[in-house]
Amino acid sequence: MGLKIVVLAKQVPDTRNVGKDAMKADGTVNRAALPAIFNPEDLNALEQALRLKDTYPGTEVSILTMGPGRAADVIREGLYRGADNGFLLTDRAFAGSDTLATSYALSCAIRKMDKYDLIIAGRQAIDGDTAQVGPQVAEKLGLPQVTYAEEVLSADKKKIVIKRRLERGVETVEMPLPGVITVNASAPDCRPRNAKLLMKFKHAKTITERQSESEDYIDLTADRPYLNIEEWSVNDIETDVNWLGLSGSPTKVKKIENVVFQAKEAKRLTPADEEIDELMKELIANHTIG
Amino acid sequence: MNNVFVICEIEEGKVADVSLELMTKGRSLANQLNCKLEALVLGHNLKGIEKELYPYGADVVHIGDDERLEPYTTLPFTSIIVNLFEKEKPQVALLGASTFGRDLGPRVSSALVSGLTADCTSLEIGPHEDKKAGKTYENLLYQIRPAFGGNIVATIINPDCRPQMATVREGVMKKEIYDATYKGKVNNLEVDKILKPEDLVVKVIERHMEKSKVNIKNSSIIVAGGYGVGSKENFAQLEELAEVLGGEVGASRAAVDAGYASHERQIGQTGVTVRPKLYIACGISGQIQHTAGMEESSMIIAINNDPNAPINKLADYAITGDVGEVVPKLIKFYKQNTK
Ligand SMILES: Cc1cc2nc3c(=O)[nH]c(=O)nc-3n(C[C@H](O)[C@H](O)[C@H](O)COP(=O)(O)OP(=O)(O)OC[C@H]3O[C@@H](n4cnc5c(N)ncnc54)[C@H](O)[C@@H]3O)c2cc1C
Ligand SMILES: Nc1ncnc2c1ncn2[C@@H]1O[C@H](COP(=O)(O)O)[C@@H](O)[C@H]1O
Repeated sequence: MGLKIVVLAKQVPDTRNVGKDAMKADGTVNRAALPAIFNPEDLNALEQALRLKDTYPGTEVSILTMGPGRAADVIREGLYRGADNGFLLTDRAFAGSDTLATSYALSCAIRKMDKYDLIIAGRQAIDGDTAQVGPQVAEKLGLPQVTYAEEVLSADKKKIVIKRRLERGVETVEMPLPGVITVNASAPDCRPRNAKLLMKFKHAKTITERQSESEDYIDLTADRPYLNIEEWSVNDIETDVNWLGLSGSPTKVKKIENVVFQAKEAKRLTPADEEIDELMKELIANHTIG
Repeated sequence: MNNVFVICEIEEGKVADVSLELMTKGRSLANQLNCKLEALVLGHNLKGIEKELYPYGADVVHIGDDERLEPYTTLPFTSIIVNLFEKEKPQVALLGASTFGRDLGPRVSSALVSGLTADCTSLEIGPHEDKKAGKTYENLLYQIRPAFGGNIVATIINPDCRPQMATVREGVMKKEIYDATYKGKVNNLEVDKILKPEDLVVKVIERHMEKSKVNIKNSSIIVAGGYGVGSKENFAQLEELAEVLGGEVGASRAAVDAGYASHERQIGQTGVTVRPKLYIACGISGQIQHTAGMEESSMIIAINNDPNAPINKLADYAITGDVGEVVPKLIKFYKQNTK
């Protein structure tokens, strides 16, 4: 019983390691100064897909990512870890998308991707921390959803049983397939790159990447079709342009501010007995404590 | 029509704190917008639930009471809310940024093609001018939230789509009774007519909910420790200080990651937001992700051996010294002065 699984993976700036040069003087984010990484929870999502592939031979894992050309790195990273193929959705028409427009574009791409049984996304992307794209893709495709998944307990062609991690407990739910799940960081980490797969997919590229190679470059995809990373523009998928990019985004950014502390004068104290004694007397007198 | 709605969450048969906090915020937004505040509650055995909501200023409480709505699953809740919102056309709809709200909110907003802003830290009303389109808007909901790992604060608006939806974490807004004698009315929803078999395909097989044991959010005194506390043993001193002062122990993420304190005690952007009367920060540097969750404390005392620690910029009292030396002295002199 092989499943067909689509993993949604996003390339994100590494907001966890923001250095001093990450903010420009005008208070906007200097994206160029931040390394682009595979969104952490999307790696957890990929691992769940790969585990299903281990358990059910014949399972095919595809990575779908929407972003600029360099987001093909995310697909290659997925291939090195065990995914079978990848799709890059890239077009100026998608620029400025909020989560709803992103979900719409992704859902159109998924519709085009043959049959699928399961779509697995990360819970949230660290650039926005919104956790909206998974449920919205599910809604756009008219599929049921299970969020905050930590472990797939069992699956067959018709249904999947999942353990969810909630704020105050755990839940086991059963969902019919096809469906969408989003995976938490508390799920198992993704397996590392596999040396053999790294060799195999090192030269996997999108058509744009191949075209920018030097002239004497030999196109390997003719006899090795697995080295082709499928690249789709807006014309390759069926969409209503009004739902894409800025015009398809109900939310707009009105204002962005850099975070600055408004400094106030602290009363400076040393650990000397008299000073601590005085402080305690003050706090008791003004009823802060006591 | 065009009112402010709060989608309430039920926890152990009662309206969850985060929902009541949003009712308080919703009431003040409704007053500003000169419209009504409506609450929506879905679940089972909800008899009398409206009485919990009236004091927070609910003009209408919509109730959907059906055994198929307990425990929560996404699809039936979405169907009922979408059905109601298509009729009522709210201008604003708020829900908690809990696992419930973050599962339900995006699904509803996608179905209604309305915008949704997650994890807002502040909600305000204001105008907007779209110079390119030559349009001006009055009374939009400013949805203010941190982004990029807390390094920027963005104000998001939804000029054209309704409802303007936002989620807010527990503890970010203040819960305050509006008027203990306030009376609204109930609207019972006809759940049976709305639910379809395909809404019920996801089944909850098993559920273990734990009651949250620590309650730092409602504590008026918090003794919080950071990585600078140094060890789990030293953390015990903070527990002692918290106990003599009648407070609770909180922690920074670095302290939680180091295993000094449990995750539920984490304060900050990815933990809880607190605003106690007194916050004692011990060995905490004061990174923005931490201070986002405590900067509204009425009084802040910082203990840090680095005189230039960023936390000192927020502090009312900055004690420059070693936590291991200062904390026992706080305990000692507190005891001496209260005898
Ligand atoms: C997306 C994101 C979300 C985050 N969310 C949170 C969150 O919710 N909450 C949170 O707290 N953090 C959060 N963080 C982490 C945050 O950025 C900081 O790393 C963290 O708050 C630092 O904790 P700290 O101050 O305890 O440790 P440190 O930064 O290591 O500071 C330790 C301090 O202790 C002082 N010190 C050392 N020894 C002593 C001593 N003997 N006596 C007195 N002082 C001493 C040092 O001078 C220093 O100032 C988040 C980060 C990211 C990227
Ligand atoms: N541009 C994208 N391409 C592929 N997947 C995405 C994209 N944006 C979001 N996702 C998926 O949706 C999840 C939630 O994203 P977000 O709603 O942005 O927090 C991510 O963890 C990804 O799995």
